[in-house]
Amino acid sequence: MSLDTMKNSPESDDTGMNFKDTELTLGLPGDARPSTMTGGKSCTKRGYSDTVDLNLGTSSGEPLGKTDAADKSVTDASDAGKLPEAKAQVVGWPPVRLFRKKALKSCTYVKVAVDGAPYLRKVDLEMYASYQELLRALEEMFTCFTICRNYLDESKLMDPVKGTEYVPTYEDKEGDWMLVGDVPWKMFVESCKRIRLMKSSEAIGLAPRTPPNCSSTS
Amino acid sequence: MRDDQTEMSEDDERPPADPAAETSNKSRSCIDFGEFHSPFPDQVLENVLENVLFFLTSRRDRNALSLVCKSWYRAEAYTRSELFIGNCYAVSPRRATERFRRVRSVVLKGKPRFADFNLMPPNWGAHFLPWVTAMASAYPWLEKVYLKRMSVTDEDLALLARSFPGFKELTLVCCDGFGTSGLAVVASKCRQLRVLDLIEDEVNDDEVDWISYFPETGTCLESLMFDCVECPINFDELEKLVARSPSLKKLRLNRYVSVGQLFSLMMRAPQLTHLGTGSFSPSELVPQGDQEPDYGFAFATCRSLVCLSGFREVIPDYLPAIHPVCANLTSLNFSYANINAEQLKSIICHCHKLQIFWVLDSVCDEGLQAVAATCKELRELRVFPIDAREDGEGPVSEVGLQAISEGCKKLQSILYFCQRMTNAAVIAMSKNCPDLVVFRLCIMGRHRPDHITGEPMDEGFGAIVMNCKKLTRLAISGLLTDTAFSYIGTYGKLVRTLSVAFAGDSDMGLKYVLEGCPRLQKLEIRDSPFGDLALRSGLHHYYNMRFLWMSSCRLSRQGCQEIAQAMPRLVVEVIRDGSEEAANDSVEILYMYRSLEGPREDAPNFVTIL
Repeated sequence: MSLDTMKNSPESDDTGMNFKDTELTLGLPGDARPSTMTGGKSCTKRGYSDTVDLNLGTSSGEPLGKTDAADKSVTDASDAGKLPEAKAQVVGWPPVRLFRKKALKSCTYVKVAVDGAPYLRKVDLEMYASYQELLRALEEMFTCFTICRNYLDESKLMDPVKGTEYVPTYEDKEGDWMLVGDVPWKMFVESCKRIRLMKSSEAIGLAPRTPPNCSSTS
Repeated sequence: MRDDQTEMSEDDERPPADPAAETSNKSRSCIDFGEFHSPFPDQVLENVLENVLFFLTSRRDRNALSLVCKSWYRAEAYTRSELFIGNCYAVSPRRATERFRRVRSVVLKGKPRFADFNLMPPNWGAHFLPWVTAMASAYPWLEKVYLKRMSVTDEDLALLARSFPGFKELTLVCCDGFGTSGLAVVASKCRQLRVLDLIEDEVNDDEVDWISYFPETGTCLESLMFDCVECPINFDELEKLVARSPSLKKLRLNRYVSVGQLFSLMMRAPQLTHLGTGSFSPSELVPQGDQEPDYGFAFATCRSLVCLSGFREVIPDYLPAIHPVCANLTSLNFSYANINAEQLKSIICHCHKLQIFWVLDSVCDEGLQAVAATCKELRELRVFPIDAREDGEGPVSEVGLQAISEGCKKLQSILYFCQRMTNAAVIAMSKNCPDLVVFRLCIMGRHRPDHITGEPMDEGFGAIVMNCKKLTRLAISGLLTDTAFSYIGTYGKLVRTLSVAFAGDSDMGLKYVLEGCPRLQKLEIRDSPFGDLALRSGLHHYYNMRFLWMSSCRLSRQGCQEIAQAMPRLVVEVIRDGSEEAANDSVEILYMYRSLEGPREDAPNFVTIL
């Protein structure tokens, strides 16, 4: 399965020790942040504190439009708000078996549909740390595509053979179809229900890209 | 789900006193063989006893019985068919097989539980090989083997498969060291196999298509559980296997089986009572626009389903398919399903008969409130963390616990991971759920107090031991002083298993427990300030225990040495946890257990037996 090769988490599964987590700086919920995220306690997978994840090593790579900049600024702010006693992770604590930890690593699956392609795929969003990684994965999954960037620095996928452009879109929790890349990555992971690579020509009706701090998705 | 295991644990219930055993007492005084040439009265008694003992299955009763006299000892040894070895190093295979000659079923447990959490270096021991070797010659009629936390190799499995022509049931729980090639041998050679249950094992992917090795002409399989096998499965062969296994009642699939494939299997096996769904999402290549089958129909067809698990990689859209069986479910395991409160509610509202429920904390307090509202028959609840870190978000709290205590009054067993808790909620549970036998609360932040009052969690756990009169298993966490331990020592008179982590102030804590809990058998402690003085206070009791584990405490080599010298039948292992500093006198890991055999010969170099 190609997905397995995509695994990019720097966390070390084998020992059950997540040293990288110690790099995390978490503020308590309710800390003031220049946040794109509305408050709202939600009963979903992650709270805001998890969106600030320095852990996921690799790419803040190429910024995806304004979004990553916003991500970065949030990141920087949380650095400043660092708790003096961020606890080092201890071996074997909390006492959850490795099998379970591994199994729960991949449990955020969404379907990916491509206009005109015969098959659906599914991806585990938690395997990826950023939009770049996701797009790369999609690129590999639907091998006819290449990622291209236009002058607006928007990422699209293009089928060079046919010359069609595809825009990655997703359906969020509220049933709205949004452009992929609008919101901070973590927020996206939480709210994305399914992904559709829409032909550019059909994507016209979608909400235009809004600057991050006006985003109102919860 | 764990219905099989509960028979195997120590906590099995004693059957009512066997009236037949009493009869044999009477018959002893009535026998008079005066005029006839007859066997000695003792021999007759033995014969009678053997016939009677055939029906006695409780090992506790048997153990007691075997102490009456030599003749009873012999009769009991001759008739014991189920052998339970709680610690594979407590007795040698040779000794066990020499005493019990006609065993059909063996339960063997190896590593201590804390090994599951990487606290034990690998290759510590608990090898199945010496046991299977001894049994191969001693028990040709062996039918059942249950192993927990043992190291089992493919060769061991091959030996097992070759040696026991009537072999029927293999259950491996938390074992490692074998792979799909071992499974293939078992599948092909054990022609009478009824049960192959692999539960939370680590199985090597030898790229052997093991599922295709079962007998072609049909199998006796009643239970096949391989949800822990993390290798792709040949679905065509699996489907054929299910089709030729008419007795199959329990089937747990791994995550390589998609929901579409599941549908197909369910339609072939509508008689299933226990189902593990595998991945509850479509496979990679689902034709777009294709009508997916009505998965609800498959569930409606399997009218006998009472136990559901799996839901790996779940896409919540598919969950409503299980609605047809909800009303009959007694056991539901959602502990791999990343679902929220809303998604849970729509399912749980139908599950009135649910007795066992495992779930992720992603459902939040709100989800637990829904469980409390509907599941009035709940006996066992386990809430696992989706984010197992100390400083995670913590979607469940005292609110959920309180709700459960108010709604599920018949609760007997609870395991609850959370980030914050209050004494009040724990006290409430102690009062609302008097039937609690197992109470395991894991507040994931170390030393965390009651988050409302700021006080230690002593009062909460104190209330549990005080009010839950049937409590035999306890796991404590959060900020705890010696007071908590004094409560346990004072009130926890039935406690057999106690797990302690990051708790206590001084030696007194451990002392209270060792002096106060006469039934204590399994004590596992980590990162708590207990030292040699405390250790010494248990000398009167260690022979009654199965084991004591203490890691990252304040023990010294000297202190452990004293224990070893004072108690010759105790094996005292000092285990180095891989780090270099073996120089000083402090003991990283102490693992000690009673044994008839003395120091084991297979100890690796990081283990020192004092």
